[in-house]
Amino acid sequence: MHMADALLSPEVGGAMWMATGATIAIASRKLKRDTDHSHVPLMGVVGAFVFAAQMVNFTIPGTGSSGHFAGGMLLAILLGPHAAFLSMASVLVVQGLFFADGGLLAMGANIFNMGFLPCYVVYPLLYRPLAGGRADPGRRRVAAWLGAVAALQLGALGVVLETRASGIAELPLFAFLAAMQPIHLAIGIVEGLITVAVIEFVARAEPGMLTALPPAAVPSSVPGFPKRALAGLAILAIVVGGFFSWLASAHPDGLEWSIARLTGEAELAQPQDGPHGLAARIQEAVAFLPDYAFPASGTAESAADKEAGGWITPDAGTTVSGLVGGGLTLLIAGFAGWALRRRSSSPASPTT
Amino acid sequence: MSGSHAAFDLGTLDRLSQGTSPIHRLDPRAKLLATLAFVVAVVSLDKYAVADLLPFFLFPALILARSGVSFRFVARKVALVAPFAILVGVFNPLFDQTVVLRVGEVGVTGGWLSFASILLRFALTVGALLLLVATTGVPALGRAAERLGTPSVFVMQILGLYRYLFLLVGESQRTLRAYRLRSADGGRPAWRIFAQILGQLLLRAVARARRVHEAMLCRGFDGELRLIGTLRFTGRDWAFLTLWTSAFVALRFLHPAEMLGALVTGGGQ
Repeated sequence: MHMADALLSPEVGGAMWMATGATIAIASRKLKRDTDHSHVPLMGVVGAFVFAAQMVNFTIPGTGSSGHFAGGMLLAILLGPHAAFLSMASVLVVQGLFFADGGLLAMGANIFNMGFLPCYVVYPLLYRPLAGGRADPGRRRVAAWLGAVAALQLGALGVVLETRASGIAELPLFAFLAAMQPIHLAIGIVEGLITVAVIEFVARAEPGMLTALPPAAVPSSVPGFPKRALAGLAILAIVVGGFFSWLASAHPDGLEWSIARLTGEAELAQPQDGPHGLAARIQEAVAFLPDYAFPASGTAESAADKEAGGWITPDAGTTVSGLVGGGLTLLIAGFAGWALRRRSSSPASPTT
Repeated sequence: MSGSHAAFDLGTLDRLSQGTSPIHRLDPRAKLLATLAFVVAVVSLDKYAVADLLPFFLFPALILARSGVSFRFVARKVALVAPFAILVGVFNPLFDQTVVLRVGEVGVTGGWLSFASILLRFALTVGALLLLVATTGVPALGRAAERLGTPSVFVMQILGLYRYLFLLVGESQRTLRAYRLRSADGGRPAWRIFAQILGQLLLRAVARARRVHEAMLCRGFDGELRLIGTLRFTGRDWAFLTLWTSAFVALRFLHPAEMLGALVTGGGQ
């Protein structure tokens, strides 16, 4: 469930990085204030544990396919939200660097989907109220299981929304949702079972550990957190919503497109004057990368172009001469690299 | 990606990052910022851009050449992680069937163009990131991130994770091998057994963390980890960063492919 740079627009990637970066800063400050420093090595080692655990595939019962552990909920339960979030974020950063899961720009979105959502949404809003204190193991089990399922569902939803808002992939929203949510429901159910089983295993093998771990589910360690989380979420929603709506106004909605095509309706001919014309003019005025917009964004224009029989997009570099030139530059790049490599006697590092 | 294979790749990348080529010797901040500029320039291109993406291969090609990292290694790793982007992108030709380009009699739809664009973006962004790691290494990148303003607690967390990563990955591989040797089918563990293996690993990880903490306390740990080694941003680093960043801006806005193509094909579209 990793977003990839290739599917992201810079606006969405940047917005997700901003949200993630702010959360990293807040969580870091919270932990720095903590006087008990035993969490420093603990977070590092437990982060490495999650990393190692994710590299083992297990069989999903009944399907024969395999999945791997995500671990966000387990960490949140063991370490508390702040330490868990930073651990998860570090796992995702190193994973992103090593396996190129996603990419540099998509890293913000990935940390948000797999770290922020379980630690700052599911944990305070679902797990904590359900699990109550630590008196009732039955309730804790149900809460942990539900939490893991919810975390994966939210994460998958995040991937879908970020991909849609970026507008690079054409997959309609509902088809994408219909593909992603059930798959992650299956994975989430198993993830939840594993989370519960691991916690039970630890509770049986070393009963002291669950209570000895620093902030483990001690209610008083995060006073008033849900309120703050809600405030943070509200701000985030406004920021992200602002970006998304700006995007929505700049890019045609893929769903509307496909519906229009299904019903055989032509692109809505929009009047030049009135609110639409005004919006288009404002949009034209504020677009900071004027040639970034592809032809369909100026709705009235593109409708006309389309009726004239297929539009040509010179700025997008999709003309024949553009492709020829692109191919040439690729050849030049390849040749330059080859020539430089032959010339430079830099010590070649071990290869595979 | 099978576990043992992934673990093997971890070691390879780490070993590659200890090279001494001119690219390896650059300040990690210069490489990190240049790669970031590269990625932003690539993803900010129009979704139908295909020709405009091709000149961007110059950056990874030159880095590849100067650093001595093997092309096969990078290409194989890029191919390994491609499935998700391909799976999502492959629907573009289905949903976007407007013909946007004619090559002779054949009409190319927008969907195919944007699919090709997704694949190119993928190769460029992932390739550049892998080269960044292969020529810099995680510890140096962590130091760079800290100097660029990342909270030190988070950088310590990344470095701590990295410090124990190889140890715990090795441990999980050994546990899994032990399971395989003793199980009837020798395949992947069912979730119930997997949970027990995980629980064992977690207990051992936490016990290790406690010992590490005690050892750190013995050495006067006061909650602050101090990094040894300074980073120096020299003229070479400035040159690398400014030259490449301006190159990316030029490639992004000047459409060199179009110009070159027009020159070669006689200026027609």
